Amino acid sequence: MKCTVCRGPAVIDLRRHNANFCAEHFLKLCRDQVTKAIGEHDMFEPGQRVLVAVSGGKDSLALWDILLELGYEVEGMTIGLGIGEYSDASTAASVAFAEERGLALRRIDLRDEYGYDIPTAAAVTRRVPCSSCGMSKRHLIDKAALDGGFDVVATGHNLDDEAAVLLGNVLHWQTEYLGRQAPVLPGGDGFPRKVKPLVRLSERETAAYCVIRGIDYIVDECPMAEGNRHLRYKEALNGIEAASPGTKHAFYFEFLDKAADRFRPEAAVAREDLHPCPSCGSPTVTEVCAFCRLVERVSDAEPVPVELLRAGRGRARHRAARRAAATADPGDNTNDEKVHP
Amino acid sequence: MRVLLRNPRRELDVAGPVTVAKLLNRLDLNRESVLVVRGDTLVPGDAVLADDDEVEIRPVISGGSV
Repeated sequence: MKCTVCRGPAVIDLRRHNANFCAEHFLKLCRDQVTKAIGEHDMFEPGQRVLVAVSGGKDSLALWDILLELGYEVEGMTIGLGIGEYSDASTAASVAFAEERGLALRRIDLRDEYGYDIPTAAAVTRRVPCSSCGMSKRHLIDKAALDGGFDVVATGHNLDDEAAVLLGNVLHWQTEYLGRQAPVLPGGDGFPRKVKPLVRLSERETAAYCVIRGIDYIVDECPMAEGNRHLRYKEALNGIEAASPGTKHAFYFEFLDKAADRFRPEAAVAREDLHPCPSCGSPTVTEVCAFCRLVERVSDAEPVPVELLRAGRGRARHRAARRAAATADPGDNTNDEKVHP
Repeated sequence: MRVLLRNPRRELDVAGPVTVAKLLNRLDLNRESVLVVRGDTLVPGDAVLADDDEVEIRPVISGGSV
């Protein structure tokens, strides 16, 4: 198999591009796609300060690397989620990436600074772990960006992420969510501007980028994400993509071109009800924001090891939840994080 | 050849020579969802894997909160 550009030996075949690439030209393709996404969606300009949300996975490290290669002023931020060995390895990958390149990396640890971790939050709230995890990350990244005076937050959402979210929103006709699904989430009303420069790259491509660049990312999946709906949507889309290359790209970008604007009014209405949380000042549509309610509810709970939650599909999980909940403050189960995913 | 799979981590012995595409078909794996890595190098779909090769089939799907 030869590189479509230079006829040298190819290392990867991309059926959706009907092309094969050697290492050099594949890296160029990735940088060109990110450049195109940044330009087409007016994400940010040279000289602006960019905060990259870093997990230690392939997407965020590839994003950080590409933005640096393109000459942008970028700083990283990572959050210790307390998900056992997985979180330790994730943080270690992020720290190693930054130290090897002499880069600034801001670090926050949920347990040290807010008195909880994700397994404990999941046990106390009895909700899927991704709920409190996503909400906590969004809150802390937003806060760090605003406090640090960054112009924009860049996240590693790739084409597969966006297509899977779109599929989920369409399957359940979540029109408000459809109205704010975009590569750029505007700032204002207490939110930082957020952008997704990897939307033109699939996750197979971001993984390949890391392998070729020698970036040591965490390959193992989050133990708490196992079997979640988002992963099932991705697998379904990949099944279609295998039979019809280019489907994921068409699904997402044709939505942006032809349908997204139809749902914008609903998203705008949801934002009208925002007011500052009396506790932390973050925008919320409920009396106190979801993050402050979560901290209030779980910070005194007995820590729940991730292994117990994973094994505990049955009795062990319920015992852990009961034990954790017994030591925590009562609270509600509402989640107002529907405004700015 | 020795084949390392992830999530969960396990190893298989598969007879070579065989192309990457055929290996993935044999294991019922979607090419869109994995990369094949030999040493620290990516291997494309038409590459032939030898009987004494050691390869990793690396999943690329990640999920969780977004």
